Amino acid sequence: MKNETYILERKDFPTLLEELGRRGYRTFGPTVRDQAIVYDELESVDDLPAGWTEEQDGGKYELRRREDDALFGYVIGPDSWKKYLHPPRQKVFSCAAVDGLITIDDPEPEEPPMAFLGMRSCERHAIAVQDGVFLDPGSADPAYARRREQALFIAVNCTNASETCFCTSMNTGPKVDLPVDLNMTECLTPDHHRFTVRAGSNRGAEILEAVPTRPATEAEVAEAERRIDEAAGEMGRTIETSDLKDLLYANLDNPHWEDVGARCLNCANCTMVCPTCFCTTMEDVTDITGKSAERTRRWDSCFTWDFSYMHGGSVRQSSKSRYRQWMTHKLATWQDQFDRLGCIGCGRCITWCPVGIDLTKEVEAIRNSETVEEAHADN
Amino acid sequence: MADKPKLAVWKFASCDGCQLSLLDCEDEILAVAGEVEIANFPEASRAVIDGPYDVSLVEGSITTPHDAERIQEVRAQSGLLITIGACATAGGIQALRNYQDVKEMFNVVYASPHYIETLETSSAIADHVKVDFELRGCPVNKMQLVDVLLAHLHGRKPNVSAHSVCLECKERGNVCVMTAHGTPCMGPVTHAGCGAICPAYHRGCYGCFGPMESPNMPALTSWWKGLGVADADIRRACRSFNGYAPAFREESEKYD
Ligand code: SF4
Ligand code: SF4
Repeated sequence: MKNETYILERKDFPTLLEELGRRGYRTFGPTVRDQAIVYDELESVDDLPAGWTEEQDGGKYELRRREDDALFGYVIGPDSWKKYLHPPRQKVFSCAAVDGLITIDDPEPEEPPMAFLGMRSCERHAIAVQDGVFLDPGSADPAYARRREQALFIAVNCTNASETCFCTSMNTGPKVDLPVDLNMTECLTPDHHRFTVRAGSNRGAEILEAVPTRPATEAEVAEAERRIDEAAGEMGRTIETSDLKDLLYANLDNPHWEDVGARCLNCANCTMVCPTCFCTTMEDVTDITGKSAERTRRWDSCFTWDFSYMHGGSVRQSSKSRYRQWMTHKLATWQDQFDRLGCIGCGRCITWCPVGIDLTKEVEAIRNSETVEEAHADN
Repeated sequence: MADKPKLAVWKFASCDGCQLSLLDCEDEILAVAGEVEIANFPEASRAVIDGPYDVSLVEGSITTPHDAERIQEVRAQSGLLITIGACATAGGIQALRNYQDVKEMFNVVYASPHYIETLETSSAIADHVKVDFELRGCPVNKMQLVDVLLAHLHGRKPNVSAHSVCLECKERGNVCVMTAHGTPCMGPVTHAGCGAICPAYHRGCYGCFGPMESPNMPALTSWWKGLGVADADIRRACRSFNGYAPAFREESEKYD
């Protein structure tokens, strides 16, 4: 296995995509659509967002031109790999009544394996979080497991961070530290445009063998590291995690929830864009004769009324209770449930909240109000 | 044959667009016609079978004294009464009259206003009689309409969600027009059902399906102000097809 660092020149980058195609992968990755960098199927290197980056802040996203032609010079967009591994709508089964018997059909059509090009470190952590949900031996989701098993991960380390990033607070980036098949860093100067690449699996090593590379020099490896370190220094947000669970548990009745509840639209965008949010609902449809039926699983959210509906009504009636549920799950109860945080610090919920609600600031507000209360108590 | 449920379709003040959605379900309509007896649907057939009816679909709002009586008769003859569309569920675009002096408008519009007999307001069917299910939209989504009928036929829950349009945008893969383009959008306060059509074409949501289950109007409109939307435009956006639905109406009145 090639397990050192290699150099792939920009001019040879197309061979990587060609090799993925030869191996039967459908390749998905970043591309510009509708004034954003989204994930979509890539036909060729020309689909990558060369020369584009973005500016992000609470409730704001703006595509910007870079001064160079970096292929991965953006941070992250609205999409995450969740849309492929845990798609928004998925058929669970269909059934039909034939001669008094109920037949249930196979819900799992064969799909070609997927290659994810441009995975960020925080996104790799998000997949690890969803693995905890969907690969749990007691309740594994076979469709997720199959896609996950087949998928090839080609990570590209962040060399920029955005105003809404806080992966360093969550220990999830910017340097890729979980297993991936190929791990790259883009290095671009006026004189050169190249990628350092390391294989992290046999599959990755085979692909790397098939594309034109040369061993990287020590200086080239150091340059890549320096660029990742720069990104680490650019985090626009921070969150103190050491006391999060106790802080939130101690503050379930904090008046601040009322404040954020008044600002929150309950629109559910935060949960849709979050790469770790996994909740779904079931929809059953019947055909016109009533002789066949189909069950579909689709993304749902703790911000909808139906989500906590039990006989007689919704359990979480108020806006504040729904926001509190979401945030305390991400940051506190997730730790009890899955032994880790449910947030990987990507900032999508901040950028794509239509009214710019920012969980890092909400946590700060709760922490500060506690200090104020303590100060009062001390007096 | 005798066991088939009898379906009637009623029209009040409306444009016919919602009941035409039923006719527009070309593939499904014949099959639906096989499962129910279409007893009264003047847009589809001249044959009228007397009531009572198992299911009545009611389109349109109440705008005349005559219609205010007629809806009572419809209710009395109907098992399940389902209202369809913005007119029937919120008074429709014609409820804009509720903000004006109706008599004054007549004198401007009609040559012989004394022939007109009308009410001061355009109101939703539920303001007059008990409604069993409201299907939103201007017009309704034809697939939802078929689903509601099938759900009733087969004794299951209809797949009609009252959450925001945002979930439909995200399912469709739309880039948020408000966040990425700065386009004011009613989606976060609007009831799902259309499948997020307008944002898919880079337009803000117009609110055709009326207020969602928990519309936070002040939070949205104050953000719109930050986007540079003028007060009069906020009022207009709230006051369209569903402009008399309480949440939209109350917010629009703040911008009078
Ligand atoms: S909670 Fe927000 S910042 Fe954390 S992983 Fe989800 S979208 Fe990203
Ligand atoms: S926090 Fe923002 S994105 Fe999430 S439901 Fe509230 S308004 Fe919508």
